[in-house]
Amino acid sequence: MNTLAQTFETLADKNERALVCFVTAGDPDLDQLPEILRTLAEAGCDVIEVGIPFSDPIADGPTIQASSQRALDRGVTPQAVLDTLRPIAQDLPPIVLMTYTNIAMRPGFVEFAKQAREAGVSGVILSDMIPEEAGEWIRAARDEALDTIFLVAPTSTERRVQLASEASTGFVYCVSRTGVTGAGNEVPADVVQTVARVKTYCTLPVCVGFGISTPDHVRMVSSVAEGAVVGSALVDLLAGGWPENASRVREFVSALKQATRS
Amino acid sequence: MHSTAHEFGPYGGRYVPETLVPALDELSEALERYWNDPEFREELSAYHRNVIGRPTPLTFASRISEELGARVYVKREDLCHTGSHKLNNALGQALLARKMGKTRIIAETGAGQHGVATATVCAMFGMECVVYMGEEDVRRQEINVFRMRLLGAEVVPVSSGTKTLKDATNEAMRDWVTNVHNTHYIVGSCVGPHPYPLMVRRFQQVIGEETRVQIVEKEGRLPDAVLACVGGGSNAIGIFSAFVPDESVQLIGVEAGGRGLESGEHAAPLNAGSPGVLHGALSYLMQDAHGQVLPTHSISAGLDYPGVGPEHSYLKDSGRALYVSATDEEALDAFVWLSRMEGLIPAFESAHAFAELRKRRWEPGSVVVVNLSGRGDKDMAVAHQLLGV
Repeated sequence: MNTLAQTFETLADKNERALVCFVTAGDPDLDQLPEILRTLAEAGCDVIEVGIPFSDPIADGPTIQASSQRALDRGVTPQAVLDTLRPIAQDLPPIVLMTYTNIAMRPGFVEFAKQAREAGVSGVILSDMIPEEAGEWIRAARDEALDTIFLVAPTSTERRVQLASEASTGFVYCVSRTGVTGAGNEVPADVVQTVARVKTYCTLPVCVGFGISTPDHVRMVSSVAEGAVVGSALVDLLAGGWPENASRVREFVSALKQATRS
Repeated sequence: MHSTAHEFGPYGGRYVPETLVPALDELSEALERYWNDPEFREELSAYHRNVIGRPTPLTFASRISEELGARVYVKREDLCHTGSHKLNNALGQALLARKMGKTRIIAETGAGQHGVATATVCAMFGMECVVYMGEEDVRRQEINVFRMRLLGAEVVPVSSGTKTLKDATNEAMRDWVTNVHNTHYIVGSCVGPHPYPLMVRRFQQVIGEETRVQIVEKEGRLPDAVLACVGGGSNAIGIFSAFVPDESVQLIGVEAGGRGLESGEHAAPLNAGSPGVLHGALSYLMQDAHGQVLPTHSISAGLDYPGVGPEHSYLKDSGRALYVSATDEEALDAFVWLSRMEGLIPAFESAHAFAELRKRRWEPGSVVVVNLSGRGDKDMAVAHQLLGV
């Protein structure tokens, strides 16, 4: 298992960008998650984002909302997700959990961080956690050597870009547009400026997400940032059926990965 | 360590997507600037008098008083234009939004009272208005849906999750994240990220300020108790706030007990929940062992919400206010009781406060104020069905 820092370093040496893939844990069934993650890794995914479903995902669009709901309807719990990751994490690219504050707060930040580290997780993104609220969470995560990834949005002021850059480790997550998650038609051009603003405050890799769904999008993002995050498009494909869609998933991810090399 | 946005002990804060934070900062700034601006306050006050119909009366409830052995007064927020206290807040926020140059207004609504209030101010100010409402609530509050559409608002039924207020709020927040550049989100209760709980309390505290003056005029002293129903808790915080410094005044908030606290089918986070984060703030919350927000049940769409304003969580923990609950059945009984005893048909929400008034033992001669937060017209269809009268 590599850390996020090692992964980005290795990629930089090869003159490649990172392909970050998001999947909702528990959609399809949690039993299928190990095989899905191995498939993503074999097809070229460099960092895996595993979404722990939350009942009220205010930062997510229709695709991930529906996917989270299906997972919850199957009875998926945060504990079950971590139990599934624990035996397989060491053979996979770095795993970043993506969820909402209440999921981490319920057991307590210290306990959640400990459980995440024991499950082999490298970092955590809390979609509704901002740096000003994160003091206790960051301390808990640091104690377990977990990376804390914060988001920068096109609306973020200079001060806020700086706050997020300084609170983040592993990478900074740059949101491509104002809005919720979901596949989009094109990547807004001003993402170039947002990434550049982050770069003035830190040397961390920057990954761009929200609306990234095609190799063309990934190519565009790869020209300005260290990584591209693909979520909803992949979630849709997985929801179409597993293992029926396994070969389509493999082809899709390979094509996305190819776009990080050009 | 918490940010300065936690002004209610540990509760409150801002747990939102980063995209919204600059808009919340801008809103905080505008709120401080205009709230402290005498010209703005005078403008607001003129709208209170000329549009809402403030001050609302404090009515002595003689027959109920006789039955209970207490001197019971009813604060008549049911007489506000649009039929509930919701307009106090919608109007204040719309004025602020206009000052901030926002042209589009969004809102969530449960019972539809906040939606109607918001649609009304948008009609007055010529602003675009979109109201999110759970499919289940669209069904049980159809008259209010019609009123909003008549007023020119677009009503968007929300079919995700529980199809009630919680999910309507999720959808409104998603709209705001997407359209934050030109849109102001008029949150309807004292919930949400800072500065909403503070702002909504400020726009509702006129209820308590008037009540304090009126009760002293009528009784020559402060009341022994003040009762109000609590969903998100805006009418309650509005009437409580003027009395918080007066330790002799007992503050009693009444949550929706639904089919009974022991059934789990209720909307009483202060009675049966635990602290957690929903819709941008840390407060008491109905949640399971894993942190998933639980479905709620109440006869009253306006109380059917798993969270509560952070200031109420603080008043609960500090012991300054007492939070109890009334079941659907008790609320429905009180709905009939108040109608027949005083000729006041309360909203199902407000009926919860009267259920507690009726249940409680009062020292002879005690002076009690109950906030009648809204009138019951919107509940006629459901009441007719349940009561068959």
